[in-house]
Amino acid sequence: MIARTASAGSLESSDCLVTVTPSESFELDYAGANKKLFLKRTEGVARQVLAEYSVENARLHIQDQGALEATLRARIETALERAMENLGS
Amino acid sequence: MTRFAKNSLGRMVPAEVPGVGPFDPYSGPFQRINSVHGIVGASVRLRTVDRHGSKIAASLEQAIKNSGLENGMTISFHHHLRNGDAVMPMALETLKNMGYKNLTFAPSSIPDAHDCVADYIKCGLIGRLYTSGVRGRLGGLISSGEAGIPVVIRSHGGRARAIEEGQIEIDVAFLAAPTCDKLGNISGSSGPSACGSLGYAITDATYAKHVIAITDNLVDYPVARNISIPQYRVDQVVSVNSLGDPKKIATGAARITRNPVDLKIAHDTFRLMKVSGIIAPGFSFQMGVGGASLAVSVYLEEYMKKKGIVGSFGLGGISGHMSRMLEEGLFRALFDVQSFDAVVTESVSGNQNHVEIDSSWYANPFNAGCIVHNLDCVILAALDVDVNFNVNVLIGNDGVLRGASGGHCDTAAGAALSIVVLPSFRGGVCSIKDSVSNVTTPGETVDAIVTERGILINPLRQDLLALARGAGLPVVDIGDLKSRVEKLTGVPEQQERAGGEVVAVVEYRDGTLIDAVYRPER
Amino acid sequence: MINNSKNKKNNRPCRSMLYIPGDSPGMIQNAPVFGADSILLDLEDAIAASEKDAARKMVRSFLRSFDFGDLIVTVRINGADTEYFKKDLMDIVPCRPDAVRLPKCSSPEDVISADSLISEIELESGIPVGCVQLHAMLETALGIENAYQIAIASPRVSALTLGGQDLTADMGVQKTRDGWELFYARSRVVLAARAAKISAFDTVWADINDPDGLFKESKQIVELGFTGKAAIHPSQIEVIHRAYRPDPKELAKSQRIVEAAKEAAREGKGVISVGGRMVDAPVAARAENLVAVASLYDYEEESPV
Repeated sequence: MIARTASAGSLESSDCLVTVTPSESFELDYAGANKKLFLKRTEGVARQVLAEYSVENARLHIQDQGALEATLRARIETALERAMENLGS
Repeated sequence: MTRFAKNSLGRMVPAEVPGVGPFDPYSGPFQRINSVHGIVGASVRLRTVDRHGSKIAASLEQAIKNSGLENGMTISFHHHLRNGDAVMPMALETLKNMGYKNLTFAPSSIPDAHDCVADYIKCGLIGRLYTSGVRGRLGGLISSGEAGIPVVIRSHGGRARAIEEGQIEIDVAFLAAPTCDKLGNISGSSGPSACGSLGYAITDATYAKHVIAITDNLVDYPVARNISIPQYRVDQVVSVNSLGDPKKIATGAARITRNPVDLKIAHDTFRLMKVSGIIAPGFSFQMGVGGASLAVSVYLEEYMKKKGIVGSFGLGGISGHMSRMLEEGLFRALFDVQSFDAVVTESVSGNQNHVEIDSSWYANPFNAGCIVHNLDCVILAALDVDVNFNVNVLIGNDGVLRGASGGHCDTAAGAALSIVVLPSFRGGVCSIKDSVSNVTTPGETVDAIVTERGILINPLRQDLLALARGAGLPVVDIGDLKSRVEKLTGVPEQQERAGGEVVAVVEYRDGTLIDAVYRPER
Repeated sequence: MINNSKNKKNNRPCRSMLYIPGDSPGMIQNAPVFGADSILLDLEDAIAASEKDAARKMVRSFLRSFDFGDLIVTVRINGADTEYFKKDLMDIVPCRPDAVRLPKCSSPEDVISADSLISEIELESGIPVGCVQLHAMLETALGIENAYQIAIASPRVSALTLGGQDLTADMGVQKTRDGWELFYARSRVVLAARAAKISAFDTVWADINDPDGLFKESKQIVELGFTGKAAIHPSQIEVIHRAYRPDPKELAKSQRIVEAAKEAAREGKGVISVGGRMVDAPVAARAENLVAVASLYDYEEESPV
């Protein structure tokens, strides 16, 4: 479960800034210079990572600064784990 | 409805551009060049001025009135003052205030800083645009289709040809003149706005029906040294306070890059040049000022010194590094159509073997011998390339115009070895496409592409391929590298192109249409 | 002809190891083009506490899907005394980097406990036990004194590496340009590594604007017997490689020895001789290594940039 809003990454070139927010459904807001070129790729990676963490619903905002797929995946994973962490621990 | 034709590269190009005229489709790099012999081109307009008179006009406005410029006519400018130029905006603003409409704006190129050109299109002053390229807000306006004017993009050699062939008839040339006397002798290499060579302006001054020199350094008659344009080509002289910002005109020499990707590309490019055997006595060379190209010249300089190789000439846009190689005796001459920095300006004025050349001499394919046709090797940058080695230098990944044709296709066609240097991906997007969004330079004139992840050699150059492989250079297949890189970046979604609205056409240097620029999807 | 199916990376000279912050995708994605023999993706000192998770995920993601080519890829994890140590190993080991670098090894026990945890993870993730090598980083006075015991604490240990910054602090001295304060520690590390027949890597040169100082120090450590040296900036790689470039005269001599050794083997002779003089086995082995290192250089050309 997504417990709260969390971000990972940066706005440096070759990176991306991913923000995960609790939501009733899957939502992706993909911004950046490559938004037309890589929307499908990005949605594919996002859905895959969510599935790996057994999360169905979340809102993802991704500001892409030219990230490779490996970078994108790592940032989504980190943001997701941060959003899922128990507040108590 | 515009008719389209498929050119020999398979690109759909219009048969006619409304308001400009008909165009033939591109059919090969030397097809039209080989059939041009004997055709008569543009004529030079004869005129006379009063003996012992003065050419000084009281103001730019007065000079424009005297010139006889009318709505619908063609005006030209040069871009030698780079981003420091204040003459284009000054003249366009004056023309707007005088009520002019629908002029053809035909500068040699438009400096990046001149977003204001977009405003002069919107207000109706500029009704047609002929240029080497567009960037920034202007690029955005043209790409959006909202400019609503015909746009023709030409290479530097192609523009010289178009002028000499009569395709561009310049009615009034407004020439920023760093040093000028009262009768119009102009030098580019002295004065507070010195910029070095005035190569592009020389062609304009030769063929324009009327020439207005605009100077911030009116000197006593005569300008004695380094006359770029002689008085008999100049009709009027206007003195103004300033031609622009000297700091942006005379930029410092470009520094050698420390970017490891560029250095790797430069090193492999140098290795390829070396194994090709082209770096021998009498070697001639042109390069850009991009990070990787400039770094190539560092390796080259070191190698030529060590081996005692003396080249014949350096060509082109000349950088400070090339003028140093001239000083060191590594080349016997520099042919300079455009100087890139302040160091070069000193070299133009001080070194007799640093020769200022006009754009026709540089790259016009329709004369009795342009220098690019004698060039051994050129290093060229690119925005992206495709698996057929076609090169795009005009359109970004977002489909928006953001570059200039420059001498790219001229030197690629002319040089015995033309090498394109670019990183295998940029901004997270693979630089190798199935098909580039725009062909500026045809793949059949590109011998090799060097990336940081491998050297790609055009299958047309089996000889070069064998040499590179034999020397153990990291040669890879262009399709293989594309798939390798797309594994990292992902495969971009196809962008719609054909069938859309044409917002500009791209001429090959011979005047045929090599491609058209379509409005990107909104 | 014998097909040597062993990982060819392990036989390659490893002169340079470039530190790359684990949270820096812009650098990691260009790792194969820097020209280093190996890279060291750092989860430790280069990463702020708030980004430890991000760096770990980034390194894992690249190890899983990125083509590093011929590069030897190692990961520096956080020390056993930190909360990140176990998480780092759990995320990184299953991705099979060539090695993990374990900071602050002061005793054989440090190695043994890391070793057993790595073995557990290897077992669980179904990869061969022992496939991830361990580079033991010696950066305490105690670690230096225990160098040989650390080197032989596990067959997984394939290199000793010297951490000069922390060590000088632990010794209560400053790192100087000449590096005399590290002379004993360096010699000790090299001897321990040679005795255990593993590699020895030297510490970093911190001033990236002083390539001359780096070259001088690199020459020194090559002469001391280090097999490689760490770099903190891509521009340092070429300098380190230059220090390892065999002298052409010495190379010619070594080539003659290697030829003679081949001839002796062909003819079934036990004794190698060059120009009538006997060559001892260790000398022949060194000559062979020198020729291998020389093959990495273009003797036609010297890099000016």
